[in-house]
Amino acid sequence: MSTRLATGGRLIDRARAVDFTFNGKTLRGFAGDTLASALLANDQMMIGRSFKYHRPRGVVASGAEEPNGLVNLGLGPAFEPNARVTTTALFGGLTAESQNHWPSLEFDIGAINSAFARFLPAGFYYKMFIHPRSFWKHIYEPFIRQSAGLGRAPKNRDADSYEHFHAHVDVLVVGGGIAGLQAALSAARTGAEVLLIEQTAHWGGRAAVDDPVIDGTPAAYWIKTTLQTLESMPNVRLRNHMMGAGLYDHGYALAHERLTDHAPATPGPRHRLWRIRAGRIITATGAIERPLSFAGNDVPGVLLASALRDYIVNYGVSAGDRTVVVTNNDDAYRTAIALVQAGLIVPAILDARPQADGPLVRQARDLGIRVEQGRGIAKVQGRRRVTGVAICAQAGEGAVLEEISCDAVAMSGGWSPVVHLWSHCGGKLIWDEEQAMFRPDATRPPLGADGQGFVQVVGAANGHLRTGAVLADAADAADAAVLADAADAAGGEAPVAQDAEETPMAPVWLMPQGASLKLRQKMWLDFQNDVKVSDVQLAAREGYESVEHAKRYTTLGMATDQGKLSNINGLAVLSSALNTPIPQVGTTTFRPPYTPISMGAIGGAARDALFQPLRRTPLQDWHEAHGATFEPVGQWRRPYAYPRAGESTHDAVIREVKNTRQAIGLLDASTLGKLIVKGPDAGRFLDMLYTNVMSSLPVGRCRYGLMCSDNGFLIDDGVVARLSDDTWLCHTTTGGADRIHAHMEDWLQCEWWEWQVYVANVTEQFAQIAVVGPKARALLEKLGGVDVSKAALPFMHWAEGTLAGIPARIFRISFSGELSYEVAVAAGQGRALWDRLVAEGAALGAMPYGTEALHVMRAEKGYIMIGDETDGTVIPQDLGLDWAISKKKADYLGKRAQERSHMADPERWTLVGLETVDGAVIPDGAYAVGDGVNANGQRVTIGRVTSTYYSPTLGRGIAMGLVLRGPQRMGEVIDIPRLDGSIIKARIVDPVVYDKAGERLDG
Amino acid sequence: MKRYSVLAIAREALRGHLGWDRAWASPAPRAHYDVVIVGAGGHGLATAYYLGKNHGIRNVAIVEKGWLGGGNTGRNTTIIRSNYLQDPSAAIYEKSRSLYETLSQELNYNVMFSPRGVMMLAQTQHEVRGYQRTAHANALQGVATAYIGPQKVKELCPIIHIDGPRYPVLGALWQPRGGTARHDAVAWGYARACSDMGMDIIQQCEVTAVRQSQGRVTGISTTKGDIACDKLGIVVAGHSGELARMAGFRLPVESLALQALVSEPIKPCMDVVVMANTVHGYMSQSDKGEMVIGGGTDGFNNFTQRGSFHHIEETVRALIETFPMLSRLKMLRQWGGIVDMTGDRSPIISPTPLGNCFINCGWGTGGFKAIPGSGWAMADLMARGTPGPLAAAFGLDRFRAGRFIDESVAAGVAH
Repeated sequence: MSTRLATGGRLIDRARAVDFTFNGKTLRGFAGDTLASALLANDQMMIGRSFKYHRPRGVVASGAEEPNGLVNLGLGPAFEPNARVTTTALFGGLTAESQNHWPSLEFDIGAINSAFARFLPAGFYYKMFIHPRSFWKHIYEPFIRQSAGLGRAPKNRDADSYEHFHAHVDVLVVGGGIAGLQAALSAARTGAEVLLIEQTAHWGGRAAVDDPVIDGTPAAYWIKTTLQTLESMPNVRLRNHMMGAGLYDHGYALAHERLTDHAPATPGPRHRLWRIRAGRIITATGAIERPLSFAGNDVPGVLLASALRDYIVNYGVSAGDRTVVVTNNDDAYRTAIALVQAGLIVPAILDARPQADGPLVRQARDLGIRVEQGRGIAKVQGRRRVTGVAICAQAGEGAVLEEISCDAVAMSGGWSPVVHLWSHCGGKLIWDEEQAMFRPDATRPPLGADGQGFVQVVGAANGHLRTGAVLADAADAADAAVLADAADAAGGEAPVAQDAEETPMAPVWLMPQGASLKLRQKMWLDFQNDVKVSDVQLAAREGYESVEHAKRYTTLGMATDQGKLSNINGLAVLSSALNTPIPQVGTTTFRPPYTPISMGAIGGAARDALFQPLRRTPLQDWHEAHGATFEPVGQWRRPYAYPRAGESTHDAVIREVKNTRQAIGLLDASTLGKLIVKGPDAGRFLDMLYTNVMSSLPVGRCRYGLMCSDNGFLIDDGVVARLSDDTWLCHTTTGGADRIHAHMEDWLQCEWWEWQVYVANVTEQFAQIAVVGPKARALLEKLGGVDVSKAALPFMHWAEGTLAGIPARIFRISFSGELSYEVAVAAGQGRALWDRLVAEGAALGAMPYGTEALHVMRAEKGYIMIGDETDGTVIPQDLGLDWAISKKKADYLGKRAQERSHMADPERWTLVGLETVDGAVIPDGAYAVGDGVNANGQRVTIGRVTSTYYSPTLGRGIAMGLVLRGPQRMGEVIDIPRLDGSIIKARIVDPVVYDKAGERLDG
Repeated sequence: MKRYSVLAIAREALRGHLGWDRAWASPAPRAHYDVVIVGAGGHGLATAYYLGKNHGIRNVAIVEKGWLGGGNTGRNTTIIRSNYLQDPSAAIYEKSRSLYETLSQELNYNVMFSPRGVMMLAQTQHEVRGYQRTAHANALQGVATAYIGPQKVKELCPIIHIDGPRYPVLGALWQPRGGTARHDAVAWGYARACSDMGMDIIQQCEVTAVRQSQGRVTGISTTKGDIACDKLGIVVAGHSGELARMAGFRLPVESLALQALVSEPIKPCMDVVVMANTVHGYMSQSDKGEMVIGGGTDGFNNFTQRGSFHHIEETVRALIETFPMLSRLKMLRQWGGIVDMTGDRSPIISPTPLGNCFINCGWGTGGFKAIPGSGWAMADLMARGTPGPLAAAFGLDRFRAGRFIDESVAAGVAH
């Protein structure tokens, strides 16, 4: 059984018991435990079920590489699926449930898949579920989806908060083992700003477990003093619980800090996403032990040798009473020695190498451990728990030589450097034949903007598995990182460590090497996704020869651990099946993040009301207090209408239109884009941007203008006012302000950079209020201070003055067809002006109106609306706006494009009014149809509706639309189908249905 | 070639699956083919397949720089829909979608086409009008879509948050027969069928030059030697500009990195595909349980197959807003692909200035859904030398004439 030992456990505090529940059972661990060690301490070896066959699964590792130990963690708004038990710190009240089984972990119906495993090889679903066709959607896919996924889907809103941090450092060191500590120290001694991050709660990495001698002292002491030194340095920041998640171009690194996962009651954000810009990045991310491929290597109780050692040393937990060690290298002997020293039994060490005789081997023998060389495991016995192993000759085909009873197996197939970060942004790898590992190729690093490498890998991650070499490598790299051109090792001497002799490892990709198909079908490569040696071999036989094909066909390495344990083993099997050397087969692509990071952290603090910046006009509070309904327009929320108590929105719109036409309407027009264009070349610039001439506009006057893209399409419109000799104010649409500002800058910066023009977006610096209606002048006169008479301020003029004591600019422009003034005041004065207008206007019948009334009134006047009459495919000529296109100018943006054959085609759809024969309102987006179908069998269309409203003024539906040769077909009746197929008859008419002579706006 | 079936699986199971044929052969190139297709992605393989199937042209080689299906075919978010606005788009995407309906049976390879339904959320008044317009257009184009209200949205996708404080869901354009398919399987299924017809798929074979004489293509030079051909089809997505350069003409195409990501797998909680253009994100759940999420393109051109992380942040933020439960899931993997974007964001299926050389490119961010239809139309073009009705509007000449096919109204985001 797995249990807590009476002594030992450097990370736990035996004085502080911690209660938690697993599958409803209350269990007890200690402060400092991980969920994995606490479960093992309670003899809970089986923790979950595998994805495909629902095989029993127990922990196999002790860290981030764990593929099996995943649980549903927490409850309600703190629930999280697929939490890795090896990286989940234990805390009081922790609640965990095993995943992927029904009805229970112990008895799982889905495990029947395991019995049918041979009918479900890699890629089986590509070959079946094909007939009959209708079965896929209704039977096969629901069946497959039934078995999809691991953890449950969260149901609740996330109660936690998240945030983003930015950091800029000279050197980022990822990984707080001895290599990372040394690299940080060496870099920091040169004065560089250093950030050192470590994914776990503890510093020192493997050295803290194995405790080699460094500089004549135990590693634990060296780690402690080095940490103290680093903590005392003002240019060093240390962060644990923080994982280097990804490296990106140009020295950009992403790190994920877990602030409260280990202590959920702590106030503050749960996770923090760090966006780090670093001059140099040193990754000291260590190495991960590889499993061995023998039959039954997935049975709970088979663990990585290093993991078993971690559980003993760190947590005082044994995975079993009798542990067989199976290895191809010397390091696993440390596990055997640790087990025996902890008072546990090691019946045998099975060493696949024919010969091994280093000090570790001798020490094991001296402890009385039976060492069998040239031997391996033929098969693990047991289903839910290891009960024994059958041993065989590694060189043979699996004939059983002996059976040994045991309840745990420690396996070691060698080590794979963690090269993920190096590879994320283009670092290349080389195959190290001697150690059978891919390690970074220092000659082909990720390149920065200067063409130089900006990442260095040190320590075990760089292929150095011995303490002395790790420390020297780290010190050297830090020197090189900081002082590329300085030979004097300012970072100081590297510490010295004595490493015992070790016999070289021997690659073992199959155990035994001549294993039969039957055995190979029981050798797991990917424990979570149930990919076996036989699956990869099948893929190769079927022609899925590229490593990417084999991966995707078998799903090898696609589980939540992303193949940290399985990829190299699978690659070796593929290489052997293809008879191609491993380096030629190559690896799949390493992609961020190193281990999964929370979506919450990626999203950060911007959620709910903070999701996007909310832009508020100075009048927003008033609108909210006066019952406005809103619509989002860009990041603004504009009042759609102001329904009164008991009034529908539709009725409110009708009232607002009528009131504006008959008395006064007040509109918050502050969201309209306001761009100041200034400079000696400003006139020339605007002449290029607008289709008409703006340079000739006299100061004090306004002109309506159209802006096109270089492809000729109409992108924005608005009124331009000339403020002074070299200054114009360009109004844009609400949604267009930022886009048009960028458009102007694009042309100024990329094409006409020598022109002396400055553009400033002053949209938010002004509040702008439209005072509209036949009594508008009367109201402004009541406020007093500016002569707004027809003579002093004619249509399309503007004036400056002090209105009601507030400095104001008054534009005599109209988007409604009524007498209208738009009054701009400093944003801070907006509310004061509005309040005065509302107060003084009450007697004249002034009421606010919203965007829908605005739309209705402009449609009654036949005014186009960007986004309704335009959609990125419409040119001004389509809209009958030729009058606003200068014929005199040599050029403007879009001119050349508008001369292209299709643009100049007389057969284009052109703007007209549409009057329904029965007065009905045409549905939004409807098309007009012609006769028959086109070559693709689609109904022929001859036009479409662009704006359609109920007109309160006319008491019936009005519409505008683009119709084939429309203006030449006045009076014709066309067919417009509704979605239900019924036809609306509409007559082609002039788009202006209200005050065609324009007498009212000129009133 | 052995057919795939339940019985075949059972038979093979009894002998350790040792008797399966190779899905496709791996031949050395011959000296001459009637047709050479450059690019063994979905579009290239589908072109070859329909050349053989519809036009009887089987002396065909498909050459591929890397591994087949390894470009955008193998790295997209697998959405299939045809709810396009403009007639030419709706025609080819609906042709494609309808071919997907029966592709598994046709290829005897389960591509797992899953018509689970695609909805595009309307979250502004402008979008409401836009999707109502698309619904009207689709009704006339023979594409089955409907405009649905927020309650129906919630019913179809319970994890969606329809009352968000910033952009409440006002409705959606719903295409019930849109959905997803298994992207790799589409490439593999076509490859297997091409190979079965005797076509040569030549992987790890990079084109180094396009050879020509008197204005006509005569063949290509590759890292595996020269290959002569009567007709050449260039179907290479992100690297179209490079191939066009070799062939001596230029394309109105830019190459951009487009990103995507998946969450860890969870039990099924989302049965439809949801696209939210206002907040800018889209998501579906794979049959394996991962939430499959599409991101945006970088604002600059590049070939890195990576991309800038802030786009991932924007996408995830948008989707947490739409699906609050997402916050407690974890991102498992992010990646990028290189998409070829034309000026009007619509594809090019066209003859080229070089005689007998044809190009199929510009599918931008939405090419996966188009694979069967694109292959169908391209094969037709290559076999007959002139475009048929499906391809007619997608010629290169449209950029000169200004006859753009702009879908920006209907598709604000990458997809």
